[in-house]
Amino acid sequence: MVRKPRLAVFKFASCDGCQLSLLSAEDELLAIADAVEIAYFLEARTQQLDGPYDVGLVEGSVTTAHDAQRIRDIRQQCRYLVTIGACATSGGIQALKNWADVDQFISQVYAHPEYIQTLASSTPIGEHVVVDFELRGCPINTRQLVELVAALVQGRQPRVPTYSVCVECKRRQTVCVAVARGIACLGPVTQAGCGAICPAYSRDCFGCYGPKEQANLVSLTGHYLRHGRSPDELLRLTRSFNGYAAEFREVSESLSESGS
Amino acid sequence: MNSHKLPVGSYIRFEKPQLQAVIDRLRQLGYRTVGPRRVDEAIVYDDLRSIDELPVGYLDYQDGGVYRLRHSADGGWFDYVVGPHSLKNFLFPPRDRVLEAHREPGGWRMETPAVDEPPIAAIGVRSCDLHALAIQDRVFLEQEYVDPAYRARRANLFVLAINCRRAAATCFCHSMNTGPQVTRGYDLAATEVDDHFVVEVGSDAGGHVVTAADWVPSALADVERARQQSQALKRRMQGRQAAAATRPRHASSAAELGPAAELGPPAESGRAAELGDVPGIGAVGESDVAQHQPLGRFLDTRELPELLLSNLSHPRWEQVAERCLSCANCTLVCPTCFCSSVEEVGDLTGEHVVRQRSWASCFTAEHSYMNSGTVRKTTASRYRQWLTHKLATWHEQFGTSGCVGCGRCITWCPVGIDLTQEVAAIRGDES
Amino acid sequence: MSTAAPGAAPASPWLAHTARIRSLKPEAPGITTYELALDDAGLAERFRFRPGQFNMLYLPGCGEAAISISSDPERRGLIGHTVRVAGNVTQALARLQVGDQLGLRGPFGSSWPVDAVRGQDVVIACGGVGLAPLRPAIYHLIRHRQDYGRVFLLYGARSPHDLLYTDEFDQWRAAGIEVEMTVDLGNSDWQGHIGVVPILFYRLRLKAPRTCVLTCGPEIMMRFVIFEALARKVAKENIYISMERNMNCALSFCGHCQLGPAFVCKDGPVFPYRAMEPYLNLEEF
Repeated sequence: MVRKPRLAVFKFASCDGCQLSLLSAEDELLAIADAVEIAYFLEARTQQLDGPYDVGLVEGSVTTAHDAQRIRDIRQQCRYLVTIGACATSGGIQALKNWADVDQFISQVYAHPEYIQTLASSTPIGEHVVVDFELRGCPINTRQLVELVAALVQGRQPRVPTYSVCVECKRRQTVCVAVARGIACLGPVTQAGCGAICPAYSRDCFGCYGPKEQANLVSLTGHYLRHGRSPDELLRLTRSFNGYAAEFREVSESLSESGS
Repeated sequence: MNSHKLPVGSYIRFEKPQLQAVIDRLRQLGYRTVGPRRVDEAIVYDDLRSIDELPVGYLDYQDGGVYRLRHSADGGWFDYVVGPHSLKNFLFPPRDRVLEAHREPGGWRMETPAVDEPPIAAIGVRSCDLHALAIQDRVFLEQEYVDPAYRARRANLFVLAINCRRAAATCFCHSMNTGPQVTRGYDLAATEVDDHFVVEVGSDAGGHVVTAADWVPSALADVERARQQSQALKRRMQGRQAAAATRPRHASSAAELGPAAELGPPAESGRAAELGDVPGIGAVGESDVAQHQPLGRFLDTRELPELLLSNLSHPRWEQVAERCLSCANCTLVCPTCFCSSVEEVGDLTGEHVVRQRSWASCFTAEHSYMNSGTVRKTTASRYRQWLTHKLATWHEQFGTSGCVGCGRCITWCPVGIDLTQEVAAIRGDES
Repeated sequence: MSTAAPGAAPASPWLAHTARIRSLKPEAPGITTYELALDDAGLAERFRFRPGQFNMLYLPGCGEAAISISSDPERRGLIGHTVRVAGNVTQALARLQVGDQLGLRGPFGSSWPVDAVRGQDVVIACGGVGLAPLRPAIYHLIRHRQDYGRVFLLYGARSPHDLLYTDEFDQWRAAGIEVEMTVDLGNSDWQGHIGVVPILFYRLRLKAPRTCVLTCGPEIMMRFVIFEALARKVAKENIYISMERNMNCALSFCGHCQLGPAFVCKDGPVFPYRAMEPYLNLEEF
């Protein structure tokens, strides 16, 4: 019997939703627990085993100087490092602060701003250390997480699509909300994986899974602008959970310039 | 109920509500009846048990990246054209199982799952889609290997076809010789004429099923009127062809688009009333025939394979790639596109594995992925692959074009890329 | 409208048949030859293939991979595959042992034109694991040696350790195959050539009108092999190449392996050079 891979789960600036996705994979969790040794997962168990680990799952983005050092230490402890979710992969919704004045926020929100130690930016894990694999989504979904763990156990690459949400929409035979309803939808530039949930409920995809391969934001937002959408609306659409991902960021910054 | 069988080639007529009796007969015979239904602001093929479920009076306005429904008092029962679904959704469904593997004490047991579904009767199928069906038959039934699931579903398919009386701005069946009149592959072919259907019997099965209706033989005049409707539509579509030859394409598209080109809300909210000004969504039926407004799009197919294959390095591929999203919508709505990927779906234990076939597309990186690298890394190379396959190399592979002129790839492209324009540009016809 | 579909349904082309590994032989770093026997004795006895064809090997949970057959086409019962670890399936395959089970569909695809080139001199030019699909052709040429003229094997690999089947080369030479080898990086023991496969043409004296070239390897290597062959007046019609594309179904259903008008799984992997000539120098086609 081969030694079980040692798994560790780490949290940075995040809402914990991705870790919850791991916990809510109830049916599969027993099998996962059987297949891997969960060595470090504060949200699930009190036992904390020291590294090194075979696999590290990292949730959250880097927002403090302490985080920036901690992720370097973690990287050294993990043979295979996986970011889970939009925060870890692209900086998350908190990366909105990258376009704002953080000191002003702090002074408005906190009674004692002097206690707050934060960086001016929220940055993805990949800006600090080498990342071996990204699991996208806000939050990640159980199916892809189980696929990731299964692949690690079986010693193969995880099968995670990089094509558009549109492929999943068409496979579930959802009528396109952009074409049939005139809704500005990010599906054509967003990576699949969620199962195209939002368009199935007649609303737009808002890009939880971040940019797909060959994402052409310039063409899509240009089309929406020409068909009556405002730069402000598209700015809000592109600058959300994955707003700091390069392809989304570039187009939102140019929308921001044209809108102001 | 008449129980005898009408011979192939018979023409009969019945009042429109009698269609219910035909549906009932099909259901008694064990068919799953599917037909046009209004779902999520589009008309798609879905389960159809009652004529009350038909989107009677609805018209579809289609253009590049735009599909809108509008209700019209003078719309008939079948005056919309084609929506995002086609027969492909039923015969070559988006997901299917091709193999199951189970680990047993003696080793793996592998089996191909049998198709255990009721036969399908499709109601309201258009000529373009019947041509598309014939093309998919070549892919899945008439090459070296036969796909067993497609074969099982196809063998029992019943088709009640409808002759179009109207074309959308995206239709170009007349260019591809695939319509608008139904000419092949049907059990029954119906034409709406006033308050009744004129129906041609195309098969023994059709001749049996149709007797469920309270029918009378068609007078020669009925048959002639039905035929004239189709011919008048074709002439108007050919009028577009003549117009395209003398007008720059961009200008004509822009004129058609009008205010409806804006991404407005769907039909109910009133804004779509403006659509009445748009050619192709105005009045239908015989009064419409008199109009001389050209309809649809036009694709010049003269020596098209040679044209495309001698322009594999044309700068247009890079230009279209600036607009193309590589999102795969065109291929997934295309009624002939047949690409798929087979993937393993297993439980964590790995004891039970299903090999699942899903629709795939040449617009994705994984499509041309090899361990040594992805062959088609850029959007330009993927668009070129799609268009040259569809319109050129398809002929060598299957002895036919891969395009039936249904216009779905134009309508359902989120940014409205129009293959007829792309071909015209490569041909040098663009102004 | 229904299509006529009488008669019994043929066996599903999707069905993989179980087979077991009878032997494994490491050939080079990351490359192993597996000899497989189909579990069903009847199927095993009936299995026939032509040199250059491939099978789909299936590992439940991992997937299928198209692997060329590398054994003697006239040997019954055992089917050989020489596999380089490259992707998920081949990685998993590398973990299997003698006696382990896997699935097999095949054989598929076109073959080397061993009948059409009878009477000619034959130049086999290949690189790395590209020798594997040509080995059945070599066995055929040896078995029917008197039917062919001179036979050359021009073979190259990255280093001497990466050369396949070197233990058979003496037999091949004894059977009248003229073997020339080259490596990109030699070592102290290496006596052969240094450089890419096309340089092995430099010393050949070909009787061009009755010489054919069979080549398999990276596309760039094949392009230069073709260049050298044409420079020596070998007729385009006498050049055959083996192309690689993503073969997902092997049935010409899935579309992944399209290369211009061809489905590589059905019309290839072996093509007359003429058929591929327009596409070989086209980026991303």
